[in-house]
Amino acid sequence: MNNKIINWFRYASPQSFYPLAGRMVPWFWALTAAFGVVGLYISFFVAPTDAQQGEGYRIIFIHVPASWMSMFIYCVMAAWAGLGLIFNTRLSGMMASALAPTGALMAFLSLWTGALWGKPMWGAWWVWDARLTSELILFFLYIGFIALQSAIDDPRRADKAGAILALVGVVNIPIIYFSVKWWNTLHQGSTINLTKAPSMAQTMLWGMLLMALCFWMYSIAVALMRARAIILERETHTEWVKQLVEVKS
Amino acid sequence: MNWNSPAEFFAMGGYGLYVWGSFGVTLVVMIAEPFLVRHRRSAILRSLRRERIAEELDQQ
Repeated sequence: MNNKIINWFRYASPQSFYPLAGRMVPWFWALTAAFGVVGLYISFFVAPTDAQQGEGYRIIFIHVPASWMSMFIYCVMAAWAGLGLIFNTRLSGMMASALAPTGALMAFLSLWTGALWGKPMWGAWWVWDARLTSELILFFLYIGFIALQSAIDDPRRADKAGAILALVGVVNIPIIYFSVKWWNTLHQGSTINLTKAPSMAQTMLWGMLLMALCFWMYSIAVALMRARAIILERETHTEWVKQLVEVKS
Repeated sequence: MNWNSPAEFFAMGGYGLYVWGSFGVTLVVMIAEPFLVRHRRSAILRSLRRERIAEELDQQ
């Protein structure tokens, strides 16, 4: 074997992933802060007032990133859960559990900021629209995943049960994404998509993309922190955990 | 520049409640979550240290 190639499977073990994640966390926090500062500056001081929605539209600078992350985190969580089912690796289940609460919070923020946008623009905090309802179901899927895992004492079995729930729930992601196309919804169509040029001012687009990067970095940072805590909880009786500096001191 | 005075900035053209309600709650969530994760980490570390001390006492 060529020993110059990085052995990725090395990092599939909690023992080697734990210190690696610890080294990465501060960098992701730094990136979160950097993107956040620039993104917020553009959101409030550079992006112009919207012709139709006035200043109220500025909510989209967090609403859209939170919604994207709620869907993206779910896909990553389901992918880790699926890997865990196939390869039976310990780390996969821990990663899926580490992502779920962050994803749930992103789904919550998406619904919360959406309600605060909906009240002045539509005149209602909530409507049973296809987009809103499928996002609410996503929030419940996260809550269901967390509740199911915490109801099962054996972490390996909890991982398996959670993985099946997560994988079945993936069907909801395209439903959310295409809901504005498939049904006649009150929710506006996507401002950014892969086939057309974005239908918004350049500076607004930049603000949104930078805020999306900020949310992305935040999610990675906080999920890695949680993964480290979960590793310690599950590997309590292993020799390597007992030898850790933070345990010995 | 969009704003002529801080008061105008906070008023957000009449959408103050909605804009600051969104950004405020997001900020609170993003500060609370890492704080809770830290708390979870220190809880498990505390119990690991206790266990180590118990083992050392056993060996004496």
